Amino acid sequence: MSTLPPSLAGKAARASADDQPLYADRVRVYPQRVRGVFRRFKWAALIVLLAIYYLAPWLRWDRGPGAPDQALLIDMPARRAYFFSIEIWPQEVYYLTGLLILAAIGLFLVTSLFGRVWCGYACPQTVWTDLFMWVERLVEGDRNARMRLDKAPWSVAKAFRMVLKHSIWIAIAAATGGAWVMYFTDAPTLVVDMAHLNVSGATLFFIGLFTATTYLLGGIAREQVCTYMCPWPRFQAAMFDEDTLIVTYESWRGETRGKHKAGDPWEGRGHCVDCRQCVNVCPTGIDIREGNQLECIGCGLCIDACNTIMDKLSLPRGLVRFDTVSNQIARAKGGAAPFRLFRPRTLIYTAVLLLVAGVMAFGLGTRSTLDVNVLRDRNPLFVTLSDGTIRNGYTFKILNRARADRAFALTVEGMPEATISVIGGDSDTERLVLTARPDRVETYRVLVRAPRGQLTGDSTPLRFVLIETLADGEIAVQDTVFRGPR
Amino acid sequence: MPTKVEKDTVTGTDTTGHEWDGIKELNTPLPRWWINVFYATVIWAIGYYVVYPAIPGLNSHTDGLWDWTARKQLATQMEAVQADRAQWMDKLASTPLDQIPQDAALMEFAVAGGRAAFADNCAPCHGSGGAGGPGYPNLLDDDWLWGGTLDNIHTTVAHGVRWSADADTRVTEMPRFGVDGILDKNQINDAAEFVLSLSGGGSDKDAAARGQQVFAENCAACHGESGQGTRELGAPRLADAIWLYGGDKASVVQSITGARAGVMPAWAGRLDEATIRQLAIYVHSQGGGE
Repeated sequence: MSTLPPSLAGKAARASADDQPLYADRVRVYPQRVRGVFRRFKWAALIVLLAIYYLAPWLRWDRGPGAPDQALLIDMPARRAYFFSIEIWPQEVYYLTGLLILAAIGLFLVTSLFGRVWCGYACPQTVWTDLFMWVERLVEGDRNARMRLDKAPWSVAKAFRMVLKHSIWIAIAAATGGAWVMYFTDAPTLVVDMAHLNVSGATLFFIGLFTATTYLLGGIAREQVCTYMCPWPRFQAAMFDEDTLIVTYESWRGETRGKHKAGDPWEGRGHCVDCRQCVNVCPTGIDIREGNQLECIGCGLCIDACNTIMDKLSLPRGLVRFDTVSNQIARAKGGAAPFRLFRPRTLIYTAVLLLVAGVMAFGLGTRSTLDVNVLRDRNPLFVTLSDGTIRNGYTFKILNRARADRAFALTVEGMPEATISVIGGDSDTERLVLTARPDRVETYRVLVRAPRGQLTGDSTPLRFVLIETLADGEIAVQDTVFRGPR
Repeated sequence: MPTKVEKDTVTGTDTTGHEWDGIKELNTPLPRWWINVFYATVIWAIGYYVVYPAIPGLNSHTDGLWDWTARKQLATQMEAVQADRAQWMDKLASTPLDQIPQDAALMEFAVAGGRAAFADNCAPCHGSGGAGGPGYPNLLDDDWLWGGTLDNIHTTVAHGVRWSADADTRVTEMPRFGVDGILDKNQINDAAEFVLSLSGGGSDKDAAARGQQVFAENCAACHGESGQGTRELGAPRLADAIWLYGGDKASVVQSITGARAGVMPAWAGRLDEATIRQLAIYVHSQGGGE
């Protein structure tokens, strides 16, 4: 800058400001094909996870007549969720909360141990992006061919490849959206209905929505989702410490990097030959040699790429490797630091995980198929009858989660002379028989009547006891109050 | 205006050239597609102006290409709801009243509809819970002026009480014993004491004894010898714990002196037969039905 004449110095400063715009154009990433242990593991994870996603709705589970036989089903119109032998009602949505907590803590634990393996292998974004890249490679060729094709002027051949690629992408996306809807409706029925072009607008909307998001996020946006949209990379650093396994570059061995000709000595220089294979294969297009960074999803493909080169050069593998920061520091000094599986952090995560899992297991294990809800009339609080006795009204709901007709005996405790009636049934008796149809909430209007002498003040404790009329029937108890005049 | 763009020594990133009290802002560029998504949403928003009612005028507003308003949507949805209900309402109106309780689904529909119709039409006098108030009968208890069977309630709702516009309305008239000079003050006092004593109340036993004679001559014709009341005449039972106009002596004296004549509108003509049946079934199901 000092060589510029004074009259141009100002313009140079302005040009510099213009060179750094506030908005950056996207740098296209052209990941190169790679072979190795981690790539094979990533393929295996992809196949297993996609198989689960596409096949799970087809699993059947016999729940008896009249009940859906799909093992995994969220039935929105009927307000029921099915998971194999478990049937969840909307009131029990806390099981879903528990699952989400388990998933979150599990993610924290795995991340503090092995870094972002979720991001690298299991996240739907990673799995579908990987699948879409595989299609892209099949149609357009590997990295260099794709870069050439993108730069080439439009031609029939280029257009053909583009149309073919996007068509396959959209087909995959549509299959993804279709499979998503199958978790919310009977899968075989849906397929038959679709074959007959007989599906509702809502179904089409959701298939379309998930087709569009799959195509956009997996095909077009790709690593931009991880870098800009996903919150996880932003706070994952809170789970990392120096004992977390992350993708590391052994800079103490690799530097000083430089080109290497066959036969040149390795003394006085690093093992990194600056071939940029680790950068070329990276699905997010970063250089791992700059250290751990936000964009790194921890997939380990750069390790495979580097190992391939190290093998060719007859150098030890692992210049880029899954390792802990503390071990890297120790190895740089010629020592070694063992991988510590048990750390306060991992122990706490494990303890919380076990606690939540235990609470959930206990909740599921002791879950009853019977529940009652009692709503006392508030307007009016009580009714005075001709003979001076007091009557309270209750809306009595029996939640029968079993798939069978059930009969119950209802009694009240707390006022010995109280009698009970049910609208449309028996009146002024000590014991009412109430029935509940399978898998339903039955609502009864129950009236309790008691002489004034039975009341203690304006609010007398009252207990409803509902006993199933079977030898080993379930019992539900609900405490409430009986209101009267002051 | 950014003037001094320089390279930050720690991060190697350029600054934006902005500086506040020595604090410089790093230029971390936003992806351009991101800002383009923002522009796309702005354009999308313009679409709302075109298709929906948006721009207000002095007396009206632009209709939009779709000619949609929330009011029109509501009207359409209400029509759909009414059409859905129509088959149930028809069934409710055509099924004999005494056979409706045997149909559980029809009962569920009738009670639910009755609850809404009650809140719209009956609650102002009888209270939202049906507990009534002084002068307005409690519909939940077991004491009925004109009878508490489904049929009785249906008749009362349909034709009202002392509703002159309806030929079939329930009519009865209690004489104004005091105002019209039929009984003197002492006789009224004695009769009131007797009436109170029928349900174990009152304080003056001698007056009550004298009142028995007055009651037998003037009141028993309608209210019965022992004050058990006569439903055909709408004459309330006096020998119980329920008092429509109050059970203290002053209220009873006032009732005898000036008489009471509550009025209830006839709902036939205002509401359709199915709704009246819904109301009757709802009221009947609230605990007092016979």
